Amino acid sequence: MQPSLTKKIFIYVGAALLALVIAVPVLWLFIMSISSSTHLTTLPLQWWPDAPTLENYKSLLVYAENSPSASFLYGIRNSIIIAFAATAVSIAAAIPGAYSFSRLPGPRRKNLLFAVIAIFMLPPVAIVLPLYTVMSALGLLNTHFALIIVYCSILLPFTTWLLKSNFDTIPGDLDEAPIIDGANRLQAIWYVILPIARPALGAAIMMAVLLAWDEFFYGLLFTNDIRAKTITVAIADLAAGRVADYGLISAAGILAAVPPVVLAFFMQKTLVSGLASGSVKG
Amino acid sequence: MISQRKTVTAWLLLTPMIVIILGVSGYPLIKTIYYSLTGAKLIAPDLTSVWVGLDNYVRALSSGKFLEAIWHTTYFAVISVGAEMVIGVLVALLLNEAFAGRTVLRAMLILPLALPTVVNAMMWRLVYNPDFGALNALLVQIGMLDAYRSWLGDPASALDMVILADVWKNFPLVALIALAALQTVPKDLYEAATLDGAGVWNRFWRITLPAIMGPLSVALVLRTIEAFKVFDIIYVMTRGGPASSTKTVSFYVYQEAFAYMRVGSGASYALIVVLISSCLIAGYMYLIRKQGEV
Repeated sequence: MQPSLTKKIFIYVGAALLALVIAVPVLWLFIMSISSSTHLTTLPLQWWPDAPTLENYKSLLVYAENSPSASFLYGIRNSIIIAFAATAVSIAAAIPGAYSFSRLPGPRRKNLLFAVIAIFMLPPVAIVLPLYTVMSALGLLNTHFALIIVYCSILLPFTTWLLKSNFDTIPGDLDEAPIIDGANRLQAIWYVILPIARPALGAAIMMAVLLAWDEFFYGLLFTNDIRAKTITVAIADLAAGRVADYGLISAAGILAAVPPVVLAFFMQKTLVSGLASGSVKG
Repeated sequence: MISQRKTVTAWLLLTPMIVIILGVSGYPLIKTIYYSLTGAKLIAPDLTSVWVGLDNYVRALSSGKFLEAIWHTTYFAVISVGAEMVIGVLVALLLNEAFAGRTVLRAMLILPLALPTVVNAMMWRLVYNPDFGALNALLVQIGMLDAYRSWLGDPASALDMVILADVWKNFPLVALIALAALQTVPKDLYEAATLDGAGVWNRFWRITLPAIMGPLSVALVLRTIEAFKVFDIIYVMTRGGPASSTKTVSFYVYQEAFAYMRVGSGASYALIVVLISSCLIAGYMYLIRKQGEV
């Protein structure tokens, strides 16, 4: 069927509108990031700087003590360490767990899986107070270690669930064969399951890193200086600072957004199919 | 014998996961319940706790301010998720049509999703800025507004403006889920319906919506669970103000426990939130169970 002219107009107007709605706020953030702060506080507001500048980026990326660059660069460093370490711990525990859920049916296992998912969905306020008092008693506040452990409460159930639904799609005979030949389960997982599940594993790792990079609540509560503050906390601090330098804040936002946005675009297909399967199959 | 050994292996493989989850979630949850029955305070070096029974709960449920926070959270969740669903489905319908630039547009949907929540909140806070914000400048320059407004400084508009920022970030999630579901609807179904004289509206209600209802309802519940936890965007945009008009339950617990140091009553607030969330989570479990095994 050829779409009618009215329908075509509808579609293109809708598409243009959608593109504008998505692009304009981010574009404006970018324009602010290459503007001087005097330019941004001059009325009436100009939509393009007379003299675009990379000064804001420079003052974030060139390290100087006790400056925005210190909290920004340390924030990036802390976030990288915490996100990857928490992902590594979670994936290491999630792989055997997901395999067990998928392959080895035992009594009441399904309820356990549901409990794991339910725990993942609980609001953080349900567990944050004891976590805080324990970390405080152990002297672990303001360390990477505390956040790595706490982030497992988010990443581990999530990755277990994601991997379990992927392992379900792998035929059972594949890993039963080496078992019969005398291999143990861990060998079967390592040599048979993981090579097949590599794309799913990649997706799980990526989503876990994204989740950890985005986390703010625990980061805000469990850290208090540049030694452990994550990038999200550093940005919130910057945005709440007494001297509001809008250009600088915008540049920090753009820079913090680059890694997750690039990662997400790069893995667009896995991301979308992950979302879709998560909603269709659970 | 063999099946018994399998069961042992099954539990052994689960052990690391169970230990970690009990440690970081299970034990803290039980401890929160304990705290909620005490007058624990967050004062160094340790918590002095007095057993107070259900006092904290009685006080929480008779506190107008806490009930107000529950209302703000409900309003936030219903309006933002409602808008995300409607816009998401419309966008999915649009992207399900063939037109030039469709792939680019679909890729663009990733942008708001991948933008960190805190960056999104900060971006909109700058856009809404009362003195130099782009929204004021734009509306005044095109003549839709007479004078600059303090969007986030006015209790009448603050929560709605926060909702707008949240919708911008999260409608693509609904759109992508709906789009994936739409692509499984057979095209000949529409052709047959058109031949039978069904109009656009009829086809949407009779064919499209029922076909995507499953994934859509899961997206609805998932987003509602998320929206009910809302904290980051509130913290960065308004800190619960002005005049507590954007104070949601998570923010309320945060303040009670960490600003006023009242861990006991903070825990009771938290558990009331957990109770409400549990109903939503149960709904989610029901839906995914209904749609085939997990």
